[in-house]
Amino acid sequence: MELVKIIILALVVNNVVLAQFLGICPFLGVSNKVGTSVGMGAAVIFVMALANLVTWIIQNYVLVPMHIEFMQTITFIFVIAFLVQVVEIILKKAAPALYQALGIYLPLITTNCAVLGIAILAVQKNYSLVASVVYASSIAAGFTLALILMAGIREQLELNGYPKGMKGFPLSLITAGLLSLAFMGFSGLVK
Amino acid sequence: MSNLKHLTNGFIKENPTFVLVLGTCPTLAVTTAAMNGIGMGAATTFVLVFSNLLIAALKNFIPDKVRIAAFILVIATFVTIVDLVMKAYTPDLYKTLGIFIPLIVVNCIILGRAEAFAQKNAVVPAILDGLGMGIGFTLAITLMGSIRELLGNGTIFDIRLVSQDARTILIFILPPGAFITYGYLIAIMNRVKSKYSL
Repeated sequence: MELVKIIILALVVNNVVLAQFLGICPFLGVSNKVGTSVGMGAAVIFVMALANLVTWIIQNYVLVPMHIEFMQTITFIFVIAFLVQVVEIILKKAAPALYQALGIYLPLITTNCAVLGIAILAVQKNYSLVASVVYASSIAAGFTLALILMAGIREQLELNGYPKGMKGFPLSLITAGLLSLAFMGFSGLVK
Repeated sequence: MSNLKHLTNGFIKENPTFVLVLGTCPTLAVTTAAMNGIGMGAATTFVLVFSNLLIAALKNFIPDKVRIAAFILVIATFVTIVDLVMKAYTPDLYKTLGIFIPLIVVNCIILGRAEAFAQKNAVVPAILDGLGMGIGFTLAITLMGSIRELLGNGTIFDIRLVSQDARTILIFILPPGAFITYGYLIAIMNRVKSKYSL
C-alpha cells in the first residue's frame, strides 16, 4: 500500500517536471516529436532506477558508516556520470538493438538534473532500497508522461498559427504552464 | 575596456536566463518570492566566480580528455562549500531553496561557462565573466521572483504593495505561474532585443 502511494504521488501528483521543476532542459529540448520522447523517456527510466539503486547502496554502506555525508553531492554526481558511461558501453555490446534506440539519449542524461535531484530526495525521505527504486522508476515514468504529452501538443501547435514573437521557448513554456495547471487537478488524489 | 565588456556581457546581451536559456530548473523552482531569487543568485554567483577562477588557473594542468570530469569536481567542491555555509548561517533560506542548492552542480550555466570561457582565458577575465553571468542570473531570477510575488501574494521582498483585502492571482506562486511568467518574460526580451538590435 505504501508503495502504491509512492507511485501515484510520484507519477502525477508531484510530477517531476510540472510540479517539482526537475529535468526542465530535456523536457523543453527533446519534446519536439512523440517518437523521440518515447526513446528519451525509456532511457531516463532505466538510468534513474539504476542510479537510485547504486546511490542508495553508497549512501547507506559507504557515506553514513564513514561519517562523510557532506561528500554526497560530489560522490553522487560522479556515480551518475560513471553509470551512464557504463550503461552505454554495456548496451553497445550486449543489446545493440536497444543501444541503437536509446544511444543518442544516454549521454544527455548526465546533465538531467532530475537524476541527481531524485537520488538526493530519496535519501532525504529515508526510503528503503525497494521504495527508493520504485520511487525513482515512478518519477521517471512521470517525466516520460509529461514529455509525451508535451510532444503531442507541440506537434499539433506546429500545424497552427501562433504569434511570431512566441516562437520557440515562450510557446513551449506557456504550453507547459497550461499542462502544469491541468496536472494540479491531481492534487489531493492521495492523502 | 575589454575587461568591462567581459563583466557586462552577462547582464543583457548574453543573459543566461532570458537569452541563453540555461539553468531553467532553479529559475522556475525558486522564484516564488523575490528574496529567494537573491539567495539563489548569490549562491550560484559564488560557485561561478570561484569555479571560473580555479579552472582558468589550472587550464594548463588539466588533460583535455578528462576536462569535463575535472570541471565537475571543481564545481562540486564549491557547491559543497556553499551548501555547508548556507546550512549553518541562513537555515531558513536553505530550507526554502532545498534540493536546488546541491543541484547547482548540474546547473548548465556553470559548466557552460567553464567549457566556453574559463578554460580558454586568463584568470582575471574568467573571474569577471563569472561575476557578470552570476549578476545577470541574479537580476533575472530576482525580477521573475518579484513579478510572481507581486501577482501571487501582493508583496515584493515581503513589503506589501497591494491591500490585504484585495484578491491576488494565487496561480502565479504555484507551479503553472512559473512557466507562464518565464514564457512571457522571454517573449518580451526577444521583442526588446529585435527592436533595439542588441
